[in-house]
Amino acid sequence: MNSLEDLEKKINSELTTKINNSEIKHNQIYLETDKDDFLDIILFLKTNLDTKFRQLIDITVVDYPENNQRFQVVYLFLSHEFNQRLVLKYSISENEVIPSLTSVFPAANWMEREVFDMYGVNFKDHPDLRRILTDYGFEGHPLRKDFPLTGHSEVRYSEDQKKVISEPVKLEQNYRNFDYESPWEGTRYIKEEIENNDKKN
Amino acid sequence: MTKKIKNLNLNFGPQHPAAHGVLRLILELDGEVVEKADPHIGLLHRGTEKLIENKTYMQAVPYFDRLDYVAPMNQEHAFALAVEKILKIDVPIRAQYIRVIFCEIGRILSHILNVTTQALDVGALTPSLWGFEERETLMTFYERASGSRLHANYFRAGGVHQDLPKGLEEDISNFCDTFPKVINDLESLLTDNRIFKQRNVDIGIVSKEDALDYSFSGVMIRGSGVPWDLRKSQPYDCYEDLDFKIPVGKNGDCYDRYLCRIEEMKESVSIIKQCLSKMEKGPIKSLDGKISPPSKKDIKQSMEALIHHFKLFTEGYRVPKDEIYTAVEAPKGEFGVYLISDGSSKPYKCKIRAPGFSHLQSMDYLIKGHMLADVPAVLGSLDIVFGEVDR
Repeated sequence: MNSLEDLEKKINSELTTKINNSEIKHNQIYLETDKDDFLDIILFLKTNLDTKFRQLIDITVVDYPENNQRFQVVYLFLSHEFNQRLVLKYSISENEVIPSLTSVFPAANWMEREVFDMYGVNFKDHPDLRRILTDYGFEGHPLRKDFPLTGHSEVRYSEDQKKVISEPVKLEQNYRNFDYESPWEGTRYIKEEIENNDKKN
Repeated sequence: MTKKIKNLNLNFGPQHPAAHGVLRLILELDGEVVEKADPHIGLLHRGTEKLIENKTYMQAVPYFDRLDYVAPMNQEHAFALAVEKILKIDVPIRAQYIRVIFCEIGRILSHILNVTTQALDVGALTPSLWGFEERETLMTFYERASGSRLHANYFRAGGVHQDLPKGLEEDISNFCDTFPKVINDLESLLTDNRIFKQRNVDIGIVSKEDALDYSFSGVMIRGSGVPWDLRKSQPYDCYEDLDFKIPVGKNGDCYDRYLCRIEEMKESVSIIKQCLSKMEKGPIKSLDGKISPPSKKDIKQSMEALIHHFKLFTEGYRVPKDEIYTAVEAPKGEFGVYLISDGSSKPYKCKIRAPGFSHLQSMDYLIKGHMLADVPAVLGSLDIVFGEVDR
């Protein structure tokens, strides 16, 4: 498809029931779907002659701990043919297992490993789901919002044991997170009121 | 009588000069032929994305220098563009030219390093000695503009931190006049060199289809004959007004990728020259006082400037709720930032898409069936820097 509007129309008409929401912004198209439908959509986008999203740019997850469906899985695609970018998203809850994309895009292999490592999302039928960026024997999933910035353990070389050992983090000073919100812009409830007024106008 | 022969497992790295950093590669060898390669990465993982979530937008910029540390400003560019698009602010034209000049300097920096170290890996010492001299000159330009040779922290959302110092434009222009001769010298050492060709021609061939499947970008995809360059296809800043060519390879082997890099350096020189001739005096950052910090002079005289300065360097500027993926053509390929803002002064999520990550994951596919001695040649032509692969 030559224009993003045509592409949006095409996708919405071909996959009516599967797309929950579509939006064009920043010269890209953003689609929202469900966990059960995303594989069909990706296969369609990759193979259809009017879309040809042949390249998987990246896979990532956004963590919203306050939501019921905590993780939002995000796939970024690029079509060289039509010079378009597409973002596909769907939400899952914490312990859900999602199908792997490795059979469709070989590039998904390490991207899914990274998501597994950083967020603890499990992939079904992945050929080699191991941690990738963190250390051997690492515990926890660092990019989750409830993982502390300073981490849980630190490593050092122990002169007594003659090897590198891992022990709990000891900080000389606790990590300080300053709140710089302007006091003269009012407290939270006033801000919400202002925002509501903005929406009405 | 038959005897069962076991394959040999070889541990390549993490401390190996040809591993270009801290790559641990587990190779399964049948004699001298590589059967399987399993790269272990993450030895340089610093949690950049987690750190950025806890910093204001301005404080996040230095982390981008530390990703691909041979071409720092190209990374900053991706982040600056992402924030600018969400904030919907315009960048003054002089700032656009300055940014493009330094991105192209970064490209030359990266390509010199890659071409010469690749030559070093296959046995030629001289190119790296000649190349590093030029890199030193270029890093002096970095230093004069930003105050730092490597970790520049120079690009801002809305422009650059400060204007170029007096005389720098002439010096860059002089460099552009002398540098093509250095490229020619490097070429005379390598391009027709028998040993260099024997080590690189027909090694690590990537077909067009596989380049797409493995999510290759930059020289890795152009070497295979796909004319794809984000500077042309999705132009950002002032690339639209500049005239340059996209060198494309034919066979997709290590040698073609080397040729692409050499040609790209020549194009970069021409881009810098064009920018220098088109550049005029003017503002170098957004005039919006809520985003760009005021000048030191104004702080002394204006109360409002003082307040702005204080707010910008404590709370930082707020970015409205939005999400965006922005990519730039970094020397190594498509470098992208997927940014989610939540209305506060810190990013909610900042996913960094590093080109080297997808390139390195194809190592197994590229090296299968090659000899052990080809591993450094293929690794060299992938152009891996661990700062960005491990993040």
